[in-house]
Amino acid sequence: MDAVLSQYIDAYYLHLMVLIGINIILVLGLNIITGVTGQLSMGHAGFMSIGAYTAAIMSVHLAFPFWASLLAGAAAAAAFGFLLGLPTLRLEGDYLAMVTIGFAEIVRVFFLNFEPGGKAVGLSGIPEHTGFTLVWIMVLLIIVLNAKLLNSRIGRSFYAIRENQIAAEAAGINTTRLKVLAFMVGAGLAGLGGGLYAHYMTYIAPQDFAFMKSIEFLNMVVLGGMGSIPGAILGTIVLTLAPEMLRIVAEYRLLFYGALLVLLMIFRPNGLLGDIRWYDVKKRWFNKGVKTWES
Amino acid sequence: MFIEQLVNGLTLGSSYALIALGYTMVYGIIQLINFAHGEIYMFGAFAGLLLVSLFGVNIFIAMLGAMAFCMVLGMLVERVAYRPLRGKSSRLSALISAIGVSIFLSTLMALIRGTNTTRYPEIIEIHTYHLWGLDLSSLQIIILVVSALLMVGLQLMIQRTRLGKAMRACSQDLDAASLMGINSNRIISYTFAIGSALAAAGGVMVGIYYNAVWPYMGTMAGLKAFSAAVLGGIGSIPGAMIGGLTLGVLEILGVAYLSSSYKDAIAFGILILVLIVRPQGIMGQKITKKV
Repeated sequence: MDAVLSQYIDAYYLHLMVLIGINIILVLGLNIITGVTGQLSMGHAGFMSIGAYTAAIMSVHLAFPFWASLLAGAAAAAAFGFLLGLPTLRLEGDYLAMVTIGFAEIVRVFFLNFEPGGKAVGLSGIPEHTGFTLVWIMVLLIIVLNAKLLNSRIGRSFYAIRENQIAAEAAGINTTRLKVLAFMVGAGLAGLGGGLYAHYMTYIAPQDFAFMKSIEFLNMVVLGGMGSIPGAILGTIVLTLAPEMLRIVAEYRLLFYGALLVLLMIFRPNGLLGDIRWYDVKKRWFNKGVKTWES
Repeated sequence: MFIEQLVNGLTLGSSYALIALGYTMVYGIIQLINFAHGEIYMFGAFAGLLLVSLFGVNIFIAMLGAMAFCMVLGMLVERVAYRPLRGKSSRLSALISAIGVSIFLSTLMALIRGTNTTRYPEIIEIHTYHLWGLDLSSLQIIILVVSALLMVGLQLMIQRTRLGKAMRACSQDLDAASLMGINSNRIISYTFAIGSALAAAGGVMVGIYYNAVWPYMGTMAGLKAFSAAVLGGIGSIPGAMIGGLTLGVLEILGVAYLSSSYKDAIAFGILILVLIVRPQGIMGQKITKKV
C-alpha cells in the first residue's frame, strides 16, 4: 500500500501526512486531559518521549517485535501518567501545569544522561516500521474510540469535571479516579504516538521532546477548540502545516508563527471550532430549521 | 565551601526572584502565566549590552536604561497581545497568545543578533573581598544589594503608595476595583511595566555575572522563575522572593553536592516534591472553594 502511494504522491507530501497522523494521535491524547477534562498539562512531550524511548530501546536492544514495543511504549507512558496523576491531583490549574512542565523537563534530563538511550547523541538505527497506511488506520481507529469514549458516561463525566468540579462531585462523580483515568488515557496515546514517531524517523534524541514540543501540542488543542475532536484534528493540521507553508518566508518563519498564534487567539478566542462535537454537528444537520437556544 | 556555595546560590536566586516577581504580580491580577516574561528578561539583557557597548556607560546606567526600555516593551506586549483578549476569552487563549509573543520575541532577537552567545564587555573591575573568611566578588555584592533594594522598594511601593493600593485592590477583585473608580486597564499596564523593569534589571545583572547573553536565554530562566513563583505561592510577592532565593540556593547546592548533569532536573524535582506536600506553595494561602 505504501509503495503504491509513493508512486502517485510526492514523498514530501506523504511525509507531511504521516507527521500529521502521528500528531493527531498525540493531540487527541492531550485533548482528553486538557481539552475535555480541563486539567492544564504542559508536559505532553515528556509522555511522548517515554513512549518513544521505551519502544525504540525494546526494538533496538532487545529485538522485540514492532507491535510489542509499540504497546509497551504506550503502557509505559500510561503508567507514568498514573504515577504523575495520582499525587498531583490535589493541585489545581497552574500548579498542575507547573508540575507537568517540571515532569517533562526531568524526563528530558534523564534521557540526556541515559546510557541505553545514547545520552545526548540520541538513539539511531531504529527499524522503520511506520508508514502512511499504518498511521492513518490507527488514527481512524483512535478517532472512533475517542468519540465513543467522549460520548459514554465516562466522557460526559470528563466534561462535567471541566465545567465545574464541585458540581460534578456533588452529582456523584468520583473526580479523583476520573482525572487519573484521563491522565492515563492521554499519556498512553502520547506514548503510542511516540512509539510510532520513533519507528518512523528511525532516530530520536532528547531535544526532540523539549518544552517547545509540549507547547506545540497545547497550541494545537487550544487553537482547534477545547474538547472538540474535529477541532483537535483541524488544529493539528493547521499547526503542522503552518511551519511548512511559512518556509517561503525562510528565516522569518518562526516570527510569523508567533504572530499567527497571537492573531488567531485575538480573532478566534475560543479556537477554530469552539466546542463542536460530532453529536452537536449531527443534530444540527439533521434538524435543519429547528432553532435551538444555541443558534 | 558551604557558605560560598550559599552565597552563589543567593546570587542566582536573587535573579530568579526578580524575574519571578513579574510572573507573580501579573498572575495576581489577571491570572495569566505571562510566558513572554522570560523574553522580556532577555531583551533587558540585550538592551543593557547595547548601552554598554555603544555608549560605554557604567553598570547602573545600563540597568536603568534596560529597565526603561523593558517597561515600554512590557506595556506594548500587554496592549497588543493580551488586552484584546481580556474578558471575552478563556485564560488558556491568553496563555497561547503569550506563547506566541514569546516565540515572536525570541525569534526577533535571533534574527537581529544571530543565535550565538555574546559576551558582555568588562565594565566593572571585579575585586574579591575576604570577609569573615569567605570570598565575595564585588559583582556578587552589587547583585545582592541591588536586588535587595529593588525588592524592598517594590514592597514599599505596594504597601505605601496609592498605585500600590490600587494594585492590591485589583488583585483582590478586578471588577469591584473598577466599580470603585480604579482604572483597571491602566493598573494592569503599570503592573506589566513594573514586572518587566525588574526582569530587565535581572537580565543585565545575569548577563554581566555569567558574561553571556543569547536570544534563547529567556526560556529556561523564565521556566525556572515561574517555578520559583509557584514554589513561593503564585500571586504572593514575598512568596516570589522566597521561592526565587530558595530555588537558587537549592539548585547551586544540588550541583555542588549531587551532580551537575542533573542541574535542571534538580530545580523541578524540588518543586514537585514541595507542591505534593504543600499544594499552595510556601507563602500561598489556601483558598476554600465555595459553591
